[in-house]
Amino acid sequence: MIVEFGHYALVLAFALSLVQSVVPLWGALAGDDRLMAVAPPVSVTTFVMVLLSFAVLTNAYLTADFSVLNVLENSHSAKPLIYKFTGVWGNHEGSMLLWVLILVFFGALVGFFGGNLPKDLRAATLAVQGWISAGFILFLLATSNPFTRVVNPPLEGADLNPILQDIGLAIHPPLLYVGYVGFSITFSFAVAALILGRTDAAWARWVRPWTLLAWSFLTLGIAMGSYWAYYELGWGGWWFWDPVENASLMPWLAGTALLHSAIVMERREALKIWTILLAIFTFSLSLLGTFLVRSGVLTSVHAFATDPTRGVFILALLCFFIGGSLALYAWRAPALKQGGLFAPISREGALVLNNLFLTSACAAVFVGTLYPLFLDAVTGEKISVGAPFFNLTFGPLMVPLLIAVPFGPVLSWKRGDLLAASQRLYAAFGLAILMTIFTFWLWGMEKVLAPLGVGLAVWVMAGAVSEILTRVKILEIGPSRAFSRLVGLPGSAWGTTMAHFGVGLTVLGIVTASAFQEERIATMRPGDVVELSGYQLTFDGAAPRRGPNFTEEVGHFTIRQGGIFVAELDPSKRVYTARQMPTTEAAIHTTGFSQLYLSLGESRGDGAVDVRVYFKPLITLIWIGCVIMALGGAISIADRRLRVGAPKPARKRKSAAPAPAE
Amino acid sequence: MTRKQRRLTLIGTAGVVLATAFGLILFALYDELVFFQSPTDIALTPLPPGQRIRLGGLVEDGSVVRSDNAEVSFRVTDMENTVAVTYKGILPDLFREGQGVVTEGFVNPAGVFVADSVLAKHDENYIPKEVAEALKKQGHWQGENAAAN
Repeated sequence: MIVEFGHYALVLAFALSLVQSVVPLWGALAGDDRLMAVAPPVSVTTFVMVLLSFAVLTNAYLTADFSVLNVLENSHSAKPLIYKFTGVWGNHEGSMLLWVLILVFFGALVGFFGGNLPKDLRAATLAVQGWISAGFILFLLATSNPFTRVVNPPLEGADLNPILQDIGLAIHPPLLYVGYVGFSITFSFAVAALILGRTDAAWARWVRPWTLLAWSFLTLGIAMGSYWAYYELGWGGWWFWDPVENASLMPWLAGTALLHSAIVMERREALKIWTILLAIFTFSLSLLGTFLVRSGVLTSVHAFATDPTRGVFILALLCFFIGGSLALYAWRAPALKQGGLFAPISREGALVLNNLFLTSACAAVFVGTLYPLFLDAVTGEKISVGAPFFNLTFGPLMVPLLIAVPFGPVLSWKRGDLLAASQRLYAAFGLAILMTIFTFWLWGMEKVLAPLGVGLAVWVMAGAVSEILTRVKILEIGPSRAFSRLVGLPGSAWGTTMAHFGVGLTVLGIVTASAFQEERIATMRPGDVVELSGYQLTFDGAAPRRGPNFTEEVGHFTIRQGGIFVAELDPSKRVYTARQMPTTEAAIHTTGFSQLYLSLGESRGDGAVDVRVYFKPLITLIWIGCVIMALGGAISIADRRLRVGAPKPARKRKSAAPAPAE
Repeated sequence: MTRKQRRLTLIGTAGVVLATAFGLILFALYDELVFFQSPTDIALTPLPPGQRIRLGGLVEDGSVVRSDNAEVSFRVTDMENTVAVTYKGILPDLFREGQGVVTEGFVNPAGVFVADSVLAKHDENYIPKEVAEALKKQGHWQGENAAAN
């Protein structure tokens, strides 16, 4: 009965979304206040309905109600409680329900907090948001209903894919979805602006916090997914240029570009048309990512729920939203007014350069991801585009971008002075050169690119730090007064510095972990020792162990450094009983920012096992850098000048101090 | 700078960056593509030594031989032809005799396929799409459920 209630709530949500997609828009175009006022309460009610149906599905999982097909196929009564909960979105239907839940949550946020938006803009934005939620709720109801019942329920379920029985499932999909779906708000704002034929700096001011929010979560989501794959797949790789990873990287690249162009639009009223196009592209790429992952058209190393039969429906949604918004753009964009002139050497110029490289890199990833599908469809030829393609295209496009990163914040708006800007970066440049030489000295000349990569990473980090230090004039006024100035800097300045610093950290981690990693593969018998990067690993033996829903063979290893005990590692090979599916659990020892990674292969029967050991110097910086980037985004959102309910510029001009939000 | 010059500079820079990106993509597509081939494809048109391909098929029953130092050799078959493969490393959890597999590498002068990566997807019922289609072409496909459960 409760399950039917959840189903019913979802149907109601669909009906409400239809109302939300028509009535407010009609009101906005006809200038009818009462029709426009429908949007906020409807958006909040839709959210409550979807939340109810999500709660019902969660309840079915927690109580292991195997009369629900979805629970039957993806759960098991012996599964630990946390995985019963996260298992709700560990399958296609539940995952899409979470997607829709986040979508309507964002809609409700605009409805609830958008009180100081112009009425017609809010109504039109929520109407566009209504189209998206109506489309996807219909998709759920028509093709992926999570509430389908089974007539004669068996006593036991089929269990969740063991790869997904991990804390990563609790964190990665929700973060990623908040990122993906968060861009729907910018998309709706962009389409609303096109419908109303009006954009201005205030529009960019409303869009920017949403972009920042979505971008921060997407950054965290991708980083978390990367770390999860790193420790769960047991290959020691953290990025495979796998189509599914690319599907999340593309909206990230476009979103990063959008973030930067929105700054230009907000401050200088330039790049309006481009910013709107980017907003459309970013969410389109999110939709494309959802389609690629959900439809199963791709061959991937990762585990996730797919169902090819439903791909056609998402493809239709994809065509409708992308095609429709681009057509609207082609029709309406020329009517928008351009403004804000700037010289090529200026902050705007630097941000345009940033956009150029990010979108080119995004295009390269796009081609590499979709070309195999295209070729297969047209000629039937099977190809794979792997890491070499992306290293050759994405890599060279990132280098000039990274070189340019520190220049952006030190150039002034409108017309900049490259020489004066360079002078502010002397220290950073010197440090980068020093670190390059130091790395050459440490590792010799055999790897030429790696020390240059280290230098580039240091350049980005030192550039970010020196920008903020020269901004408070630390050399002129001394450290103590500079400190109080630092504290008083606006959040967006801190956000920029942290995000750029985070980029540098991630690049440093990528360079060192890929260039200086050491690897040993060996067959070991108890008592055997393997030497790697100054560590001695002793294999002490293996023993069986029982988990709640699996059995495992655990290898016991002792790590010593120069004879001194460092740590014990227990990697294992598991077999999950319900599906009889084997998995590899790697063991990781973290020293400083570096990691020792140990995974087991097949055991040979006579007590010998195949072992793969890596030493990955500074690898954790890759993910720490991403966390710092996301934190930068969060601090930037907290900036009161850019708060979600930031005051309209007209009022700001009247009173110097920002007026409180209504 | 006049307005026109500014616009030209902007368009010029954009053109250079886009052209570079375009050139890189074309070059990489020409150079770095890896084609998928079945053992029969290789038997019909032998590969030039050193060319990377993806070889897919089923792991032949009884062909897996493990030696020390985590080296393993096996044969990949599409029921018409077979190719001998060697690999050093840890095989995926779902690598089994009689199951589908995709390996990437090149043929060495002795005619043995030296793989540097072996893929078997994380799903017990899974046969890689390319392998399934190659098997269908050879008329040895036994339907979606043949390998299931």
